[in-house]
Amino acid sequence: MRSILRVGAMATVAATALLTAGCSSPAADEPTAEGPVELSFWAWAPNIEKVVELWNEENPDIQVTVSKQDGGDPAVTKLLTAINAGSGAPDLMQAEYQKIPTLVASDALADISEGAGDLEDKFPEGVWSSVTLGGDALYAVPQDSGPMMFYYREDVFKELGLEVPTTWEEYADVARAVHASDPKRYLGTFSANDAGWFAGMAQQAGTSWWSIDGDSWGVDIDSEATEKVASYWGGLVEEGAIDNKPMYTPEWNAGLNDGSQVGWLSAVWAPGVLSGNAAETAGLWKAAPMPQWEGEEATGNWGGSSTAVTSQSEHVEAATEFATWLNTDPEAVQALADVANVFPAATEEAEAALTTAPEFFSNQPDFYDVAADVAETVSPFTYGPNVNVAFSAYNDEFAKAADAKTESAFVDALKAMQEITVSDLKDNGFNVK
Amino acid sequence: MATSSTLTPPLRSRRDSVHGHEKPSPVATALLLLGALYCLLPVLWVLMASTKDGSELFSTFTFAPSTHLFDNIAQLSAYRDGLFWRWMANTALYAGAGAIASTFVSALSGYVLAKFVFPGKGAVFNILLMGVLVPGVILAIPQYFLMAQLGLTNTYWAVFLPQIISPYGIYLARIYAAAAVPTDVVEAARTDGSSELGIFARIAMPMMLPGLVTIFLFQFVAIWNNFMLPYIMLGDDSLFPITVGLNGLLNQGASAPALYTLVVTGALLSVLPLILMFLLLQRFWRVDLAAGAVKA
Repeated sequence: MRSILRVGAMATVAATALLTAGCSSPAADEPTAEGPVELSFWAWAPNIEKVVELWNEENPDIQVTVSKQDGGDPAVTKLLTAINAGSGAPDLMQAEYQKIPTLVASDALADISEGAGDLEDKFPEGVWSSVTLGGDALYAVPQDSGPMMFYYREDVFKELGLEVPTTWEEYADVARAVHASDPKRYLGTFSANDAGWFAGMAQQAGTSWWSIDGDSWGVDIDSEATEKVASYWGGLVEEGAIDNKPMYTPEWNAGLNDGSQVGWLSAVWAPGVLSGNAAETAGLWKAAPMPQWEGEEATGNWGGSSTAVTSQSEHVEAATEFATWLNTDPEAVQALADVANVFPAATEEAEAALTTAPEFFSNQPDFYDVAADVAETVSPFTYGPNVNVAFSAYNDEFAKAADAKTESAFVDALKAMQEITVSDLKDNGFNVK
Repeated sequence: MATSSTLTPPLRSRRDSVHGHEKPSPVATALLLLGALYCLLPVLWVLMASTKDGSELFSTFTFAPSTHLFDNIAQLSAYRDGLFWRWMANTALYAGAGAIASTFVSALSGYVLAKFVFPGKGAVFNILLMGVLVPGVILAIPQYFLMAQLGLTNTYWAVFLPQIISPYGIYLARIYAAAAVPTDVVEAARTDGSSELGIFARIAMPMMLPGLVTIFLFQFVAIWNNFMLPYIMLGDDSLFPITVGLNGLLNQGASAPALYTLVVTGALLSVLPLILMFLLLQRFWRVDLAAGAVKA
């Protein structure tokens, strides 16, 4: 696995080597001769600094400073720039699972398999494989995961006499009924801004956008299953049953508040977002498993991240120790769940930590039981080394499709995404099947 | 050079003649009012929005005020132990020290370009003019790599140093120096035995002062509002200026809500010093216009 990523990495590394002739090589782990080891940690999970405070109190020898970053993509771009430049990267980094192949390909992450010890049994298989990339190395310790669930306004459903949809066909019917009851009201929206969301939907449909075959990569973004998902959403947008505006905009927030968005296909972390954006709708929402295609019960993953040690860190050992503590120590996991509002990836510790439903869902005491059941049905999915390219292609192409409001535009957007992703992989020197 | 010095006076006298003499045209007034409305509406929005709490922000009428301004400010101040105020202090430092340094460098270079004859002067000035045309954003990445080689990324210097040299500032300073510092005075001082630096510091600088205030304000605002450079250079959020910090509050990743009320309140607080700055330094600008009129 590592070697297949390196093949392509050579091209970028060679190019950047020219720019950074004066870069320094990382020194060996420094003994604690002079004062405590200082670690910098780029992260964006809310309140994660409060969890880190617990560590700092207990470990005067290893002090960790959190630097809040812009979530997801910007932090990775910044890290890669720092790696290319040869300096400026932090010791530790909160990395989304889909970014790990990209980071490994750019040599941005340290292999921490030695220092971390035996952690494999603590995490679900799918999560573990995304931090090892299926090999012997360990590139990060899983922090949280985001199994997808369906959220809906229980009060509106009752008022309209609607049943919670369990299949996508029912979802479409409910969407039509909701929109028919009030032309301003929608069961959901197709968001051309959230590639991770759409990838999760494809994952649920049983496909994987990338695959590894020997020493070459396969790209299967326009597979039959994803095309089914794309044309399903394209169809709903075309007939107007579903909104076509992106999520996480002020307009969408307003919709959550005033009840014009009465459902959200989201992930287990949704309570944090809903309580932040639409606090006054507390107690009105309920969570349910995702609507299903035919076949076995399945869901996708949206979001979720890990704690990685960067290749520029001069204190890999200390950083590994911290990353392991943060995500597996019962006290830390409890704090992650309580103050950082994440769904911890460590199975047993999460179960112990998540006993009562989030306050926003006090009307659904079994919230985390539902979530735990859903989490077990996450389908496998492989991310490739150019997720950023594929995701920005998604933003560009599907934004056009959402504007065009036709089913065929959605399918075309998917084809364009496939082409852009494949040609980028080839351009960067990867073998593509 | 000659063209630039003759360009300024007529422009000024025309402005002066408009003032007070001619009758105001209703069309022009209406257009200006429209322009003012266009500029002030967003400010009014920020003002109103910063008085609302999280749920009111997206549900109540846009320009209806509410009562939560002080709660919002308290919340913002409490965010991560007052990190917001640290960002404000950082911005004040970047913009204040940066603008002073930049103004000084601009004044010195502009004065030299205006009053000295040396080989390659035309080339230097032309390159400078090209520099005016290059947006600073384009330079951010190359500057990052330079700073990385010096090991200065993620430090105060990384944001401070690149903003000291401003081609536009130098260009303006050259024009001001040419217009405001008579060559005769410089030569007289030279004959009296003053050193070149002494002439610059004691004679040229005071004469250029109104122009320098303009450059200072211009640079101050540019640095205060700069986003790209600190965004790329800095990883440590305790070094962030207000622009990058507020942006971070909006982009917390998909799994966390954006902190809209905090950002809106922060935006309001962050423009107050700029407004204050303009009100305080406006005086010097008036002096500049009046001085020009008298000389012309």
